[in-house]
Amino acid sequence: MSFSNLTRRGVIKTGAVAGAGLALPTYLSAAAHSGFTNAPTGDTVTLGFNVPQSGPYADEGADELRAFELAVEHLNGQGDGGMLSTFSSKALEGNGIMGKKVQFVTGDTQTKSDAARASAQSMIQKDGAIMISGGSSSGVAVAVQGLCQEAGVIFMAGLTHSNDTTGKDKKANGFRHFFNAYMSAAALAPVLKNLYGDDRKVYSLTADYTWGWTQQESIQAATEAMGWETINDVRTPLAATDFSSYIAPVLNSGADVLVLNHYGGNMVNSLTNAVQFGLRDKQVNGKNFEIVVPLYSELMARGAGKNIAGIVGSQNWDWKLENEKGDRYKGTNAFVKSFGEKYGFPPSQAAQTCYAQTLLYADAVARAQSFNPCAVVEALEGYEFDGLGNGPTLYRAGDHQCFKDVVVVRGKENPENEFDLVEIVEVTPAEQVTYPVDHPMFAGGELGDCNPGA
Amino acid sequence: MDAILLQLLNGLDKGSAYALIALGLTLIFGTLGVVNFAHGALFMIGAFCAVTLSKIFTLSHKAAEPSGTDFLGNPKFEDVLYIKEWFGDAAGAWLLDWSVPLSILFAIPIMLAIGFIMERGLIKHFYKRPHADQILVTFGLAIVLQEVIKYFYGANPIPTAAPEAFRGSFDFGVLLGFDPNAIIYPYWRLIYFAFSALIIGGVFAFLQFTTFGMVVRAGMADRETVGLLGINIDKRFTIMFGIAAAVAGLAGVMYAPINSPNYHMGMDFLVLSFVVVVVGGMGSLPGAVLAGFLLGILESFASMNEVKDILPGIDQIIIYVVAIIILLTRPRGLMGRKGVMEE
Amino acid sequence: MLSLNKKDFGLLLVVAILTLAAPIILNPFPANSGMAQFNAGYPDLMQRFVIFGIFAIGFNILFGLTGYLSFGHAAFLGVGSYSAVWMMKLLSMNVIPAILLSVIVAGLFSVVIGYISLRRSGIYFSILTLAFAQMSFNLAYSVLTPITNGETGLQISLNDPRILDGANAPSYPNLFGAQMNSAATVEFGSWIFTFSVGYYLCAVIMLAAFYISIRVFRSPFGMMLRAVKSNQQRMNYTGLNTKPYTLAAFVISGMYAGLAGGLLASMDPLAGAERMQWTASGEVVLMTILGGAGTLLGPVLGAGFIKYFENIFSKINDNVLHGWFSFMPDGFENFLVTVIHPFVGKGWNLTLGLLFMLVVIFLPGGLVEGGQRFGRVFRRKDRNAGSVEADAAKQRNQTAAE
Repeated sequence: MSFSNLTRRGVIKTGAVAGAGLALPTYLSAAAHSGFTNAPTGDTVTLGFNVPQSGPYADEGADELRAFELAVEHLNGQGDGGMLSTFSSKALEGNGIMGKKVQFVTGDTQTKSDAARASAQSMIQKDGAIMISGGSSSGVAVAVQGLCQEAGVIFMAGLTHSNDTTGKDKKANGFRHFFNAYMSAAALAPVLKNLYGDDRKVYSLTADYTWGWTQQESIQAATEAMGWETINDVRTPLAATDFSSYIAPVLNSGADVLVLNHYGGNMVNSLTNAVQFGLRDKQVNGKNFEIVVPLYSELMARGAGKNIAGIVGSQNWDWKLENEKGDRYKGTNAFVKSFGEKYGFPPSQAAQTCYAQTLLYADAVARAQSFNPCAVVEALEGYEFDGLGNGPTLYRAGDHQCFKDVVVVRGKENPENEFDLVEIVEVTPAEQVTYPVDHPMFAGGELGDCNPGA
Repeated sequence: MDAILLQLLNGLDKGSAYALIALGLTLIFGTLGVVNFAHGALFMIGAFCAVTLSKIFTLSHKAAEPSGTDFLGNPKFEDVLYIKEWFGDAAGAWLLDWSVPLSILFAIPIMLAIGFIMERGLIKHFYKRPHADQILVTFGLAIVLQEVIKYFYGANPIPTAAPEAFRGSFDFGVLLGFDPNAIIYPYWRLIYFAFSALIIGGVFAFLQFTTFGMVVRAGMADRETVGLLGINIDKRFTIMFGIAAAVAGLAGVMYAPINSPNYHMGMDFLVLSFVVVVVGGMGSLPGAVLAGFLLGILESFASMNEVKDILPGIDQIIIYVVAIIILLTRPRGLMGRKGVMEE
Repeated sequence: MLSLNKKDFGLLLVVAILTLAAPIILNPFPANSGMAQFNAGYPDLMQRFVIFGIFAIGFNILFGLTGYLSFGHAAFLGVGSYSAVWMMKLLSMNVIPAILLSVIVAGLFSVVIGYISLRRSGIYFSILTLAFAQMSFNLAYSVLTPITNGETGLQISLNDPRILDGANAPSYPNLFGAQMNSAATVEFGSWIFTFSVGYYLCAVIMLAAFYISIRVFRSPFGMMLRAVKSNQQRMNYTGLNTKPYTLAAFVISGMYAGLAGGLLASMDPLAGAERMQWTASGEVVLMTILGGAGTLLGPVLGAGFIKYFENIFSKINDNVLHGWFSFMPDGFENFLVTVIHPFVGKGWNLTLGLLFMLVVIFLPGGLVEGGQRFGRVFRRKDRNAGSVEADAAKQRNQTAAE
């Protein structure tokens, strides 16, 4: 057993060499203290954009990052200004935020809570970020929101659709512009009734984790309220890649509508499998068999190719809104123009929500005339705005959720190109998707007080 | 009854993918004694061979005259496909439609080449190294391969359709006297099953009935003695590595229409295929195939509502439960040989 | 001293000095310079260095000494995290009970899983541990959500009972009032150093863990474990039952993992299911092999290496690159950015994969061997010792390959 001794001796040398090389002078001075975490001191302010850059949502993260860069450009007065010109608030002047030039740092969430928090921590502790934004899943959003609350910075959520983000896990320092599962269901129900009648039997497949459950719960409540019947709900493992064994029994179950409460890779695979099994061509109970995907992601829908033709779902925003539904959605075209000219293709809903969130944060700071998170929270709470592409919108004070119209879309039968996969069926107005703060699906948490940190 | 038959079909279909991947892994274990964590990546590259061929078929240039305007209001130029220009509209469309089956021809030489390069360039130097080192280097390689694919193809799944003729589904139920719609199954999945049976049969026949295969089998049993007989076993093992890579690649090509390929699909299958190989028993080819089908079928049955009602969440863990039970009752898996990877 | 021989004590001393001075050592670049991107001396990352160091040290007691390769150790880390967060929800925000419970619960889990898995050896053992860990992960993510809070992960909330805490108790994990996230920032010229309570708690615990690991390596028990690795059959033939020894090693390493999990949750009160996924188990395997399995310091180096890449390289985006090379002529700047772009930012995985391959190809004994070779260049007289060491390493590799 002598070798381990020798190994260890080698190690000591390694350590000694490393130690000598890294020795540094150690004269120390006292630290300065400010009123809140990462108060910007120089002539710049740093924002942290924390998006998935590896893992299945990497492309969605890349699109979010494009939007963030564009927003920073516009805030600093470069480019064509995008939605700054249509935004109802005119507090932003294109000279950064309160005269400070906007800088940003980026990180990789890997769509894992741990990695996302590590990345956000490094932005806060090392880079001095005063606001964190981004993300492409609810688990990550809730985790990072909790971190920002503790650290005393503002979190402007990216793509997160679970009710919990502004429900049971809501936090005073966190804000969500994106819509949620309840709104999806409320927006879809009347449209589904128009399209498929009020006598349908639903079979649903649900991703077996928190987001899937809230989505399923919301959809079931909304569809049953209009007379549909839920005959079965089957939970599918998150790690599943082949959904054939869950899809196969559907046709023989007596159901005539299949609801897929899946997102991302799960959605692409389950939808592809459902179409493979020929569900779309079948007749059950004398009606055409239909498939519904409550939360559409146009980026992931590309992965399903032609399979999305005729399938109904909901979106937070679509780049064709202003052209098709008129002036109410102003800002859309301005954003699509500056995004399209810079990158060569239209933005996704993830990009739009991230762009809007960055502008909303900057605007709140400018209106409050302070970077203090508590001042920002106060400026955002109950704030009504327009011109960011979604029509008139309210940031509700009670839960920090945005209330705005929800877009119901359907996969195009003959898409012209890979960016134009869906057509807008209808826009459900905000009133119809609004719910009380203490709605049972959102109960169980409290905002608490804003935390300015150190 | 019909539900059980349906899940049996499903299980056979799932099992054929597991069996194909596990077969290649076992070939590499058995011949070279190497733990190949990059095997899932080879499966993924196979699927991307199909994607690549359809990309090649859709290479295009812009039309000379604009037709309409794009989303920004600028003039838009239609894409004109080269293959339609070269082979005419009908033949071009046919090639495009049949790109996945055609990719088999495209994938075999590529996968063989990748296998040879991997073995000669990298794995060869790791025969005498501890298994831990083999794991580290092949895992590193797996990451590199998938990142390269991600760099060129992005992270999103890429739809790769089967030929039009195979896109529908087949009603088995009517054939067996059940109601219509009771047992329907997609054509392409049936083809996948038949294809994998063919490949598995081919590999076994090759090992069983050719002199080459006989030498390889002898080498698997006792490498040193075969070497002493003056046979260059290393060269044959290199070829076997290429074949194993090709088997994984073909499994991937044919899988592309079932689920849209993405760059991390290899990792999704990696753990599962290791479980399959070990449950089958280290170094046993029939064991790997048997375990592949067994786990596929059990996984399908576990996802039945009737089963899930009794044991909630069983479909999440069935594979692992079965693995634990088999490994505890049969020390070397279903058909493992003594002394292989037991230390 | 401390019942260690001179060399071991020296090693412990060096590690202690490096660990305690880490906030300074890891911030070698002025905060406003372009190179500040490479600074790792901020609390969160330093905490991760030492916590994953503990995880890897523990893993090494099992893998490095006995040769049993577990692919399920992340399960113990996850279980530890969940117990710690539950303790903070129910009992007190003081981290002591949280950490204690996490070690105990992880220990109990590892007794059960170890007892069953150790009935098999080699790859059959690896797959058994993998199966248990994957089961834990899948269930924690879905069916066990009432306990684990599934996808979103278990967090503390304002209305938790916390029966031991008074009305004015801190609402953040603390050690008798000293909050884990409180830190002193010291500016020295344009250098900024942050000394945080959380890091120093982790560092002290890591040193204790390291000390225990040295004692285990040097003990008759450690000798017995090495004997198991070199030839278990021979051990059995001599009439010795090796199972209690291997099981003890398994439980010790499981408790280390639980300790790491408890610390993770104490530094940042969140426990997510993906901590138990096979990728997390694989990560600690990679850390140990990368650093040098069976060496004392290797696992810690490996842990630091991987975490550094994950956190530092993933944050280098094109803007940063342009910032670095802005002094160059435009064309050349763009060229350099284009060349480096695939390897940083979202390409950090690629760099990590390449480095795995390079390390294992050129440094068969891991990073520790790299350090030794480096040291040998500077000290001629060690050449002789080096060759003996090389023999030892060769011997070790051969036994492992058999």
